[in-house]
Amino acid sequence: MSGAQDPPVPARPDEGEPEVRVGVDDWVATHEQRQEQRGGPLGRLQRELAGAPRPWFYAAFGVAAMLLPILTSDGYVIRVGFDTLVYMLLCLGLNVVVGYAGLLDLGYVAFFGFGAYVYAMLSSPKFGLHWDTLLVVPLAVVLTAILGLLVALPSRRLIGDYLAIVTLFFGQLFVTVFQNGESMSVLGFTRKYDVTGGPNGITDIDNFNAFGLRIGSLDAYYYVALAVFLLALFAVYLVDVSRTGRAWKSLREDPLAAELMGIPVNRLKLVAFVVSAGIGGLAGTLFGALNTAVFAANFDTPTLIIVYAMLILGGAGSLGGVILGTLVVNVSLEALRTPGHATWIFYILVLGGLVAKVRPWRWLVAVVGGTIGLGYVLTAIANEWFPRWTAGEPTISGWLGEWLNQWVLHPSNPQMIGNVAFVILVFAVLGLTLVQPWLRWLAMIPTLYLAAFVWQNRLVVEPSITRLILVGVLLIVLMNTRPQGLLGTARVEIA
Amino acid sequence: MTKFVTELVSGVTHGSVYALIALGYSMVYGILKLLNFAHGDIYMVGAFIGYGVITIFGGAFGLTVNVVVLLVLMFLCAMLGGGLLGVMIERFAYRRLRTAPRIAPLITALGVSFFLENSAQLLLGADFQTYDTFDWTNTPIAVKGFELAAGVHVSIAQSIVIVGAVVLVVALTVFVQRTQLGKAMRATSFDREAAAMMGIDVDRVIVATFFIGSALAGAAGVFNGIAYQQVWPYMGFQAGLLAFSAAVVGGIGNLPGAVLGGLVIGLAQSFSIGYVSSTFSDAIVFAILIGVMLVRPSGLLGRAAVQKV
Repeated sequence: MSGAQDPPVPARPDEGEPEVRVGVDDWVATHEQRQEQRGGPLGRLQRELAGAPRPWFYAAFGVAAMLLPILTSDGYVIRVGFDTLVYMLLCLGLNVVVGYAGLLDLGYVAFFGFGAYVYAMLSSPKFGLHWDTLLVVPLAVVLTAILGLLVALPSRRLIGDYLAIVTLFFGQLFVTVFQNGESMSVLGFTRKYDVTGGPNGITDIDNFNAFGLRIGSLDAYYYVALAVFLLALFAVYLVDVSRTGRAWKSLREDPLAAELMGIPVNRLKLVAFVVSAGIGGLAGTLFGALNTAVFAANFDTPTLIIVYAMLILGGAGSLGGVILGTLVVNVSLEALRTPGHATWIFYILVLGGLVAKVRPWRWLVAVVGGTIGLGYVLTAIANEWFPRWTAGEPTISGWLGEWLNQWVLHPSNPQMIGNVAFVILVFAVLGLTLVQPWLRWLAMIPTLYLAAFVWQNRLVVEPSITRLILVGVLLIVLMNTRPQGLLGTARVEIA
Repeated sequence: MTKFVTELVSGVTHGSVYALIALGYSMVYGILKLLNFAHGDIYMVGAFIGYGVITIFGGAFGLTVNVVVLLVLMFLCAMLGGGLLGVMIERFAYRRLRTAPRIAPLITALGVSFFLENSAQLLLGADFQTYDTFDWTNTPIAVKGFELAAGVHVSIAQSIVIVGAVVLVVALTVFVQRTQLGKAMRATSFDREAAAMMGIDVDRVIVATFFIGSALAGAAGVFNGIAYQQVWPYMGFQAGLLAFSAAVVGGIGNLPGAVLGGLVIGLAQSFSIGYVSSTFSDAIVFAILIGVMLVRPSGLLGRAAVQKV
């Protein structure tokens, strides 16, 4: 019915202007514009991807993840997939409190542990309780969320570091109490109760069972975990794009300004804590159900640091980052357990790092060529005069192993010499960051060879320690070079 | 009464170790506003350096040097080694992050701590090592001692810890109050930018702070070893956490507060072991701490921070 007389809709005053985002500086804010100028099919693809709604990516991830049990029937792979999904869920919860609200919660794994313990206590022979899963899981989530509220209530006024301190103590308190909870007395009464099983934890936990159906197979658990994660992801996404999500982010960027704008800062902090604790507890129930046992030591600081590494690598505050970071960290950590995979990962990473960082190309060729040459020269010298230095064998077989045997020195008794080399390597790498570029490339040749030597002789032999060392290195390097992680947005501290 | 005095002595010994670690935490926090989680691991490295010195001189059962010489060497090496390690950590891990958002150096500190602990495990093995001061040839300093009161035995090792800690704290106080570098430290801690404008070389002050703080942690490692024997790669995290609580209880950034906090934590721990429950002593300490933090976030001696915009 509209006639030609209708006046044209007036343009919004800000139409056509780039969207201004909170806490993002000029260079970052114009990032998209710069990207739009990029021509060619690659630029087009990039624009298309950037323009696509984010749920599409999550759906794509979901479909890809669904295919895993179809593509492989290897129980180990599916098991790793399940663990990765649980970690993703865990990381998602941490992302809410750290990534969105900017509250440094160092007691987060306690919620994970609490959820697992609640599930374990209510569905195991421990207290003879075998409740229905549909009842236990929501109950665990709610109880964990209440615990989160209890932690957050007194801490909500604490800012920055003090919050980190209190939550860290809370995490330690949790581990101590559950580790020693096999003989608790109530209010000083002499009768002791075994509440948590102490260091022996709680074992023989029931599988999930609902509607009379018992979930027993690994594949089923994988799909349950996937469904739970996708639901949680979608829910968090909805919160992210809502008013609450924007308020959290403004809180993260500048609590004072947020408060002045009338944002209920205290309430939002509580909500962030509660939501993240609930998600942590949910992850805990999944963890407890598949492992059929929980121990307080599962929820100690190493787990916390690994989850932080995942979040930071992906980029705090980015949901895609949660998926990517967890995938990269957990799969690499898992692969590091087997020396064969670990060796491949190590050399591919080193080579990839060199290709990405060493410029110009002729230096790259010189560094790689020099390192390989140095290896052959040293092996030849050792073969001629010091046969003990090549008496050992690499831990892996195959052509890579054979080649490494000819290229890297393998002393007959590598422990001591490997330790010394490790210390020298640390100093050498630190020294490399100090010297001028040309000297750095030159010094890189022996350093790289030393790294290969240490890896072959010491690190690959102790996979369980090596993985943790590498997590530490990852955190330090990442924070110093790219604190926003892979998918995060660079933030600028405005003084 | 005897039990009370025994627990008191043990608490003061523990507290002295915590106080020394807490001082380093507090100094670094005062200047950089950084929670240096790696500090506890410097303490662990100091303890291992002391153990290494014992091993070099024949081990606990066959000491080849005079005990006094040995102790002096242990302290010198541990303090020097700890100090240099602290300076290295500052230079390579924290320096670039001085202007970064607060979360970045904190997570870096966690990473450094993780790296040090696990590297130590790689190099030294996960086993407990022991100083064995009960068996030191000719001078078992953990056994010999004197009667403080009826039935209260104080070993030489405990006295060394208490006296040594007092000496170091006094030396630190004199340094901070009376020397030019100490003055520069206080100025930097008060306002880094203003200090830089007044011509203070802030980088140098920060390096000095890390060196001194870490040297104290190294010494604390040796003190802990001679009084409590055991050293292992993961000893730093728990001790660091307790010492850090000490710094917080006393008022972080405040040096007398760190000493007071150390004593409070040591006594709380030792009395809860003695009178309440040995398994839950850490839990009790953490509960006390959370309580103090919530009631008086600035600590016992700290001043409430006024946030300026």
